[in-house]
Amino acid sequence: MRKNSPTSKGILSSLKIGLKTGLVGAILTVLLSLIGMVEAFSQRYIIHEVISMGHTLLLLSGYFIADRAARRSISKGKSLALLNSLISGFLSSGSLILLIFLGAFVNLRSVFINASPVLYQLLLFGEEIRTGVLLLFFVGGVVGFFSGLLYLLTGWIKKLTLIPLGSILIAGVLQDLLRPTLAAWGPLSILSEWIFTANGLSISGAIVLGVSISIGSLLWSFKGKSLQRGIKSLSGSKRKIFTYAGFLTLVFLLLVLPHLLGLFLSEVLTIVGLYILLGLGLNIVVGYAGLLDLGYVAFFAIGAYTTAILTSQELGFFHFTFWSALPIAILMGIFSGVLLGIPVLKMRGDYLAIATLGFGEIIRILVLSDFLRPWLGGAQGIGKIPKASIGSFEFARPQEIYYLILAGCLLVVFISLRLKDSRIGRAWMAMREDEDVAQAMGINLVSTKLLAFATGAGFSALSGAIFASKLGSVYPHSFNVMISINVVCLIIVGGMGSIPGVMVGAFALVGLPELLREFAEYRLLVYGAALVVMMLLKPEGLWPEAIRRRELHEEPGEKLSNDSTQGTSGS
Amino acid sequence: MAFLEIEEIHAYYGHIHALKGVSLYVEKGEIVTLIGANGAGKSTMLKTTSGLLSPRHGSIRFEGEELTRYRPHEIVAKGVVQVPEGRRVFGRLTVRENLEMGAFALSDPKLIEANLERVFNLFPRLKERQKQVAGTLSGGEQQMLATGRALMANPRVLLMDEPSMGLAPVLVDNIFNTIRQLHAQGTTILLVEQNARKALEVASRGYVLQSGVMVLTDTAQNLQRNEMVRKAYLGET
Repeated sequence: MRKNSPTSKGILSSLKIGLKTGLVGAILTVLLSLIGMVEAFSQRYIIHEVISMGHTLLLLSGYFIADRAARRSISKGKSLALLNSLISGFLSSGSLILLIFLGAFVNLRSVFINASPVLYQLLLFGEEIRTGVLLLFFVGGVVGFFSGLLYLLTGWIKKLTLIPLGSILIAGVLQDLLRPTLAAWGPLSILSEWIFTANGLSISGAIVLGVSISIGSLLWSFKGKSLQRGIKSLSGSKRKIFTYAGFLTLVFLLLVLPHLLGLFLSEVLTIVGLYILLGLGLNIVVGYAGLLDLGYVAFFAIGAYTTAILTSQELGFFHFTFWSALPIAILMGIFSGVLLGIPVLKMRGDYLAIATLGFGEIIRILVLSDFLRPWLGGAQGIGKIPKASIGSFEFARPQEIYYLILAGCLLVVFISLRLKDSRIGRAWMAMREDEDVAQAMGINLVSTKLLAFATGAGFSALSGAIFASKLGSVYPHSFNVMISINVVCLIIVGGMGSIPGVMVGAFALVGLPELLREFAEYRLLVYGAALVVMMLLKPEGLWPEAIRRRELHEEPGEKLSNDSTQGTSGS
Repeated sequence: MAFLEIEEIHAYYGHIHALKGVSLYVEKGEIVTLIGANGAGKSTMLKTTSGLLSPRHGSIRFEGEELTRYRPHEIVAKGVVQVPEGRRVFGRLTVRENLEMGAFALSDPKLIEANLERVFNLFPRLKERQKQVAGTLSGGEQQMLATGRALMANPRVLLMDEPSMGLAPVLVDNIFNTIRQLHAQGTTILLVEQNARKALEVASRGYVLQSGVMVLTDTAQNLQRNEMVRKAYLGET
């Protein structure tokens, strides 16, 4: 089987990889078509009138499948790898042809409502059936071959192909973010008008973008290293200036961001910000302390409802301002965190997850109940929650609420960082690694666990309070279990226990779907797929914490012990 | 009054009566070993002493103070420290981080530094590997680390749970040499072992536990000569 000599039997068996991988690709492309993603995505162009996002989706899946095929068969020789990826490419597109023929004879729409004539037209590139089928088959082969070739290539050529294509793709996907942002910058607006059309990049814009970015990357790879070396060789004080300058630029950017982005993007940013707050809180519970809490939305609800009850003019019980209600809301969150923590102290792993899941539902159902309706408003919720304000400045529009959330995020990031390196942070870490041993080290499990729950709940309540004042009203339906799941997902995708990871995760899982409105319907599917892909390819997350990186991408022990001997002899 | 005194302990796992009125004592500076077969209740004995398991009846006194009313972390703070069975180092932390975690109950940085020095003197290997991730250490090194981690807490009594388990014979010798060294430095040790031969060589006295009942106690020398012990635990016929 594993012989390199190309006997006929050997070749057949090594083509199995291409066939197998190609079948996965076939299932993938048919699935993407039948669930309507291709059709929904083809409303939007990556390059205007040339290639839509729907087609890109199919091409990308074909590309990745063929890449897998090449990767898995490279041990059998280069030509076989290329052949395998070619086969998998043909299979991916061939399955779509089968789908088209099947659709011509059988009415698939009774089961798959998206198997419409529009879909078939899209798959045939708008051509009549004979040309379309040939074209489709051909494209599949080309994608497969191209992918295999790219895998085999190294160095310049690979870079010069992937970088421009990738940057055009990213620019096309993020056009809703880039176009209005660039448009706000005087001279850049002309550029943006030229690169982007109302839907997708213009052809000339795409070419110029691809060429200029590849020239840039070429220059960087020539000069970049010496530049980096230059910065490294700078004296201490000069390097400090560099870091300060970078830091100041970052602060400046954060401060002016909403003005650059405009209303819609600022709104997206505030949503992402609220999720970052939630994520940082849950990161303490799940990432630091290792307690899987699926009822996290409860504290978000408690924060929001406490703020609503204390400030709403509709209820009229109290007339607190946002600022005086905020600490009470956070305290309520902390209190309920401890309250949840006590009964689940002895639970671990999945049992804890189920118990906390129940807690989240209890809170939602309580809020919905008729019993508490006079105080909590039942299904109608509570309205007329005043906005937060400082003096005469009111945090009303997304661009202003952004600052409120930014302040909250900075505070929470600061606290998280401090906690991580503190005594309690180390206790959390020990508890996460091994509860029994942590106890044998002299760690008080009860207080350590309760502190984790309380801190996480407090952050969540803070987020809830801002949420209530942002919307001006609270409804029980805003606090369903999906929020908890979203937050857990973004922590996993970002990297458990990592603060930048939470931010990256929030932007990827909350921000991107807001920008790609076509996603909305497929959000859960994409979440699921993203989680599976992450677990396969990068289980430690997009921006992992140092400890997890260490575990999953083990450095060779030799190197580490060398480091340590050097370290000790130096000290 | 002995240094550590365990009297008439009854402990349960659910309905299972694991310890049926067991007593033992350890004098200051002494090595006492507790031998017995699998499931005799040796580890339960240590767990009960360190507070991880609460006994239903009986008392455990350390320097005359009743331990059973304290929680595990408080017992560690009093100086009764356990080296857990099967080593159980924090696999994703470095050697040094593991050791620092062992000193969690201490707050004086100078004392922690001194303890670290002491552990590194005892186990130069750990000093060499202090930046290595503990999970990648060999079994013997992990046992060193687990022992070192317990020493970081400034133990007045060290409860060692089967330190030789799963180690190659050479490493077993190393571990018992370490135990001798610790003894020479004045550490009081309660040693639970299946390797009765080795354990009785280092200990001054021994206890034999059988199905939750203490069946025999004597000096280590006498136990080594005891007919029953020789047959059942030393593998002689």
